[in-house]
Amino acid sequence: MTTNLLLSIAWTHVSTRVRQTLVGMFGVAMGVGFTIMMAGLMQGSQIDFLRQLVDTMPHVTVEDERRSVPSQPADQEYAAVQMSNVANVNRRPGIRYPDAIMTSLRSWLPGDVAPSVKTTAIVDHGGRVGVTLTGIDPRLEVRVSKLASQMLEGKLTDLSKAANGIIIGQALAEKLAVKYGNTVLLGAGEGTPISATVVGIFRSGLKRVDEGQIYSLIGLAQTLMGQTGVINQLRLRLNDPVVAQKVATQVEAQIGYKSVSWQEANSDLLSTFATRDFIVLTVMGAMLLTSSFATYNIISTITHEKRHDIAIMKSLGMREYSVRRIFIIEAAMMGSVGILFGWILGYLLCYGWSQITIFNPLTGATVPLQIYYSPMHYIASGAISILCCAVAAFFPARKATRVHPVEIIRGAS
Amino acid sequence: MTKIALQVMGLVRRVQGVISHTLVDGIDLSVAKGEFLAITGPSGSGKSSLLYLLGLLDAPTEGEVIICGQATSKLSETERADVRLTKCGFVFQFHFLLAEFTALENVLLPMRAAGQMSTKDMNDRAMSLLTSLGLGEQTAKRPNQLSGGQRQRVALARALANRPEIIVADEPTGNLDTASTEQVFGILRDIADSGQTVVVVTHDAALAARADRRIHIVDGKIHETTFGGDRKSEIAAAAGTAECQS
Repeated sequence: MTTNLLLSIAWTHVSTRVRQTLVGMFGVAMGVGFTIMMAGLMQGSQIDFLRQLVDTMPHVTVEDERRSVPSQPADQEYAAVQMSNVANVNRRPGIRYPDAIMTSLRSWLPGDVAPSVKTTAIVDHGGRVGVTLTGIDPRLEVRVSKLASQMLEGKLTDLSKAANGIIIGQALAEKLAVKYGNTVLLGAGEGTPISATVVGIFRSGLKRVDEGQIYSLIGLAQTLMGQTGVINQLRLRLNDPVVAQKVATQVEAQIGYKSVSWQEANSDLLSTFATRDFIVLTVMGAMLLTSSFATYNIISTITHEKRHDIAIMKSLGMREYSVRRIFIIEAAMMGSVGILFGWILGYLLCYGWSQITIFNPLTGATVPLQIYYSPMHYIASGAISILCCAVAAFFPARKATRVHPVEIIRGAS
Repeated sequence: MTKIALQVMGLVRRVQGVISHTLVDGIDLSVAKGEFLAITGPSGSGKSSLLYLLGLLDAPTEGEVIICGQATSKLSETERADVRLTKCGFVFQFHFLLAEFTALENVLLPMRAAGQMSTKDMNDRAMSLLTSLGLGEQTAKRPNQLSGGQRQRVALARALANRPEIIVADEPTGNLDTASTEQVFGILRDIADSGQTVVVVTHDAALAARADRRIHIVDGKIHETTFGGDRKSEIAAAAGTAECQS
């Protein structure tokens, strides 16, 4: 059976029923368009959030602790003996031989590593705010964080130019009414507070970071911590943040210290995203499925109207599945044009949404809605839609073409 | 020796339902190549049912239909469709032309479905058929732009398109005026005279009388057979032939 004939009959059917065809195409276009918009919007906001998250924090953080409690000397010596109330051995805090570890990691790491000292501090400038203080090496920091590019005032290297220089977030600066060049008191809960100079202000985009994170040189952090020479964090930045979990596992296996990827650190958040993705996919699938009901209705109507044609085509010797294909081709024609219009509609909707700005409570800024433009959205929505159309056409077509031609011919007599 | 185009043996068609009904009840029949066979009978006698069985539109409950030497009782529905496409041409009481297609496109339909000719050959043949049936000027018209007689002639041209061995016509003049009836019957007669087999169901006794043979069906059985025309002896001999030849 020549495909040209089937195409020709199918085209004749759809082109002589302009209103029905347009309704079918409109249904598909709406489904595809809104699916693309939803996908772009949901994925855009998610990717934007993750990008900010990943940019703000190290991809892998090696911490001064181990996942399992270290074995005590008594356990090692007397493994078979149950001993209670044995005092744990207090190790000196910090990562041992950090330089050697970093040299070793750099030999295979797809990225870079920098040492830091993490401690807590209180910034006092009229009001007192507890913050996380990270002592960094400005020369190495540029390799592992985007702090340098997030600076609104001052530079990372300015930390070395002033005695007890610190870099604070914009939100904290606003909270404490601190300006670039001001002096604040920095305390660690015990001892005399240290006078520190604000040599830089940064803005990461994440409010909790901008309000609760400050940076200083490693030496100042160690002083506040009361542990000279200690390094209690190694921070890794990778060329591809996606492989962070794999790298963290490798690093931990190599050096023994707990290595936390950004995925692990935000596992609760990512789990929420997974749930949200599932919900969004379900809604989008339902939208496409619903849009295919228009196709189902139209093909049902056409097959009903064309019962005589079906009978005559079968009586002429056209095979049942060939006749069935005519109606599936009709649905595919409507679906294809509908998908094309849906793609255009989807793009326009995405563009329209991207022009809208909203206040982001997370960043505290008014930003445009983030839209993720991906060919996959167009391909997937088109493929699912054409499949739905074909399935929607198959059932009425099968029912119609199964009718015995004699029944219809007799009915017409 | 006269060749047999169509032969049926012990043909039974029974409809199962709340009440079982036998439409065709044990018919044996041989139709010679080039024969014009008319089937007559009262309404509900089973003549159309017999015709649908002969044209493979319907499958018998029992018995065998042999078309040009090919037994068909064990063929699948797809194979039966292929036989219909190449060996049978159908004309119905209602023209059953595809409404959105022109006369030419309707005639092209079976040829395009068979897919055995080039586009030019198909167009040439369709034009030639329509012209020979007096529709040379109507080829671009759709069915709703044609008269009843013209539509039926287009349906005849469509039935002839694939050069089938057998033309099966169910009351082809049932909806036509006298002039158109005469014209269509004349065409069918010419088709038979040119060597193709024509089997027609009709209520019109006068027209049936012009066939080579008339079988009268009552209650699904052949009640009476009448031979006529110039080929009377030849057809009568073929009717008694048990062997089917291609």
